[in-house]
Amino acid sequence: MEQEPNIKLTKLAHCAGCGAKVGAGVLAQLLGDIRTHRDPNLLVGFDKSDDASVYKVSDELALVQTVDFFPPIADDPYLFGQIAATNALSDVYAMGGEPKLALNLLCIPESMPKEAVHDLLRGGYDKVYEAGAIITGGHSILDEEPKYGLAVTGFVHPDRVLTNAGARPGDVLLFTKPLGIGVLTTAAKADLCPPEVLQQAYTLMTTLNKAARDCMVRYEVHACTDVTGFGFLGHAYEMAQGSGVALEIDTSAVDILPAALEFAKMGLLPEGMYRNRHYAEGAVDPGAVPLAVQDVLYDPQTAGGLLMAVAPGDADALYRDLQGAVPSAQWVGAVLPETEGGKRIILR
Amino acid sequence: MIDARGLSCPMPVVMVQKAVQADAPATLEVLLDNPCSVENVTRFAANSGYSVETHPADNDEYRLVLTKQ
Repeated sequence: MEQEPNIKLTKLAHCAGCGAKVGAGVLAQLLGDIRTHRDPNLLVGFDKSDDASVYKVSDELALVQTVDFFPPIADDPYLFGQIAATNALSDVYAMGGEPKLALNLLCIPESMPKEAVHDLLRGGYDKVYEAGAIITGGHSILDEEPKYGLAVTGFVHPDRVLTNAGARPGDVLLFTKPLGIGVLTTAAKADLCPPEVLQQAYTLMTTLNKAARDCMVRYEVHACTDVTGFGFLGHAYEMAQGSGVALEIDTSAVDILPAALEFAKMGLLPEGMYRNRHYAEGAVDPGAVPLAVQDVLYDPQTAGGLLMAVAPGDADALYRDLQGAVPSAQWVGAVLPETEGGKRIILR
Repeated sequence: MIDARGLSCPMPVVMVQKAVQADAPATLEVLLDNPCSVENVTRFAANSGYSVETHPADNDEYRLVLTKQ
């Protein structure tokens, strides 16, 4: 079957971007009984639900490896390629590393026009080059639903690995991108999102976390994660649980895209938001925070920002640096000691 | 009545929104077949001055009755 040359990529997708991710709770069950092998050089593996695995090669060098791919979240193939690459590279930045090598993962319908596939790949190559890394190969298969992403390898000093499990009571929480991307792309599926608002989401999804990472590594940061498919609260919950702490979030300080809040009130929420809520809400004290705000905090993000737990003495300086390097740095809360039977996340 | 069974989010809530905006019915019955749509329609209704009664049926289907407050 021949398709129109200007195909609408998202119409070929059941589920957009990181919203297509298997739920965190389900994933834990799927991995439940599988025996994992231990290796003393494996610094970060399955056990802490982290963003990437890290393997120590020498006292000076560790490898960071990650893979991420998903169905189209934008209609324009070049844009989708850029977003998928920005998202895949982000996991390396979240570990404090620098991406160096990448391999394409591509699934395409046989009928997809050659120019569209070419544009998609060009988007991926451009972002990977912008990150200072190179694409060295890849693998493509035929599939009814298009999907694209990359396996990325980076480097980090073994003593400077930033996991999501190192947050300490007293740390300050900083975050680097506005929330609401999943809500906006859901509204866009129903043609309800104005083009200029959607463009804002696209700009966010194609902004590398490189500048934020480059600021972060100059300071005493104890933990970091990138906020993607499990939403701000899903990833915050993983950080709190992995670190054995509680996180207090000042929701008035969290940058939420205004249109996303309006769409949330209208019930234009992606299925992934409900999966994330189901996964984390037992550990969240919502306080008096309005439902629509909570919903956006659970909204699955694609290529979202970095959430960092920073030593209190370095927080002011890093926050100032970040404000100069990334447009929307936010001081969103603090790390508290865990309490017996208490909630992991406290919303204020 | 709106039958949005077989449709995935956000189409069911968009159909309800259009029906409410068209002529603000006193009551509106909606048939759905996934929990995401039930939650989304419930949120829309609460923010649009409607109360919602949810009646789960067999086969993971739901009948919602929206009533103007």
